[in-house]
Amino acid sequence: VTWFSPGARATVTGLTRPGPSGCYRYARSVESGDQAVIQQLLSGDEDAFTQLVERYHTRLIRFAMTFVTGRAAAEDVVQETWAAVVAGLSRFEGRSSLQTWIFQICANRARTHSGREYRTVLVPLDEPAVESSRFDRNGAWSSPPEPWPSVDDRLEADALAPLVRTAIEHLPEVQRQVVTLRDIEGLTARETCDVLSISEANQRVILHRGRARVRTQIERGLGEALP
Amino acid sequence: MSFLTRDLVCQQAVELVTDYLEGKLSRRQKRRFEVHLRSCPNCRAYLEQIRRTIEALGRVEPETLAPETRDDLIDLFRRFRAEEP
Repeated sequence: VTWFSPGARATVTGLTRPGPSGCYRYARSVESGDQAVIQQLLSGDEDAFTQLVERYHTRLIRFAMTFVTGRAAAEDVVQETWAAVVAGLSRFEGRSSLQTWIFQICANRARTHSGREYRTVLVPLDEPAVESSRFDRNGAWSSPPEPWPSVDDRLEADALAPLVRTAIEHLPEVQRQVVTLRDIEGLTARETCDVLSISEANQRVILHRGRARVRTQIERGLGEALP
Repeated sequence: MSFLTRDLVCQQAVELVTDYLEGKLSRRQKRRFEVHLRSCPNCRAYLEQIRRTIEALGRVEPETLAPETRDDLIDLFRRFRAEEP
């Protein structure tokens, strides 16, 4: 399913016909695509709403779970998100994409639910991408990365999937949010900053730490799985 | 040799990977990074693994939507539309 590749989803907005797996294909389009969807929704078009729900609901649950603890709480957050989306349709101004707007509402609802204050996003403490013990005193690798199973070997490459899922769950909260939006949902850097209200520089630092942690987890997992 | 032209060491290079992939390195930084990569198979392996990590993250699919949940949400949409003045 090609629309799961991050690059392809970055600029995607408009809804078109359902794809073969029941998912809805998204055509690349400018904001006019979003405006068309909004107009359909405002005129009470249930099919347009169904497509929106099918496109976003389970992704919103996954995103909400980066803020709140437990499935039930995430479902509450997303339920409120949909209510706020429907109630706010006439106020959608197209300053951001529809996707950004929906994720933004979800982030705000989730923050309220989690009961924690998010006035400022904590920049992670100086955490190296790779543990310093893996370098010699000149800064060269002393324990270099072990090779991973080849991409061509489908079975072995598939072994990465469960390791990735576990790694995401263990990321510190803000890293998990940024990695989820950027690499799983395929939002652009700009969109991610808008959803989470963080600066681009901050976003990049957090993404760097998050990706590095996921890589380390995969490396450890493969080390345990392989002889 | 000045600080800016000095060769990168691996421990510095791995910290530039995200900025490199995001296209946020200055031209000079980018050149230093690429010069290092050419001579360092370990850092090439590291960069490749970060790329594989991003790809693997991009393949994590959301769960499927339960039909009851979808129907509940369509009900919510209907109720809201009915209440609109």
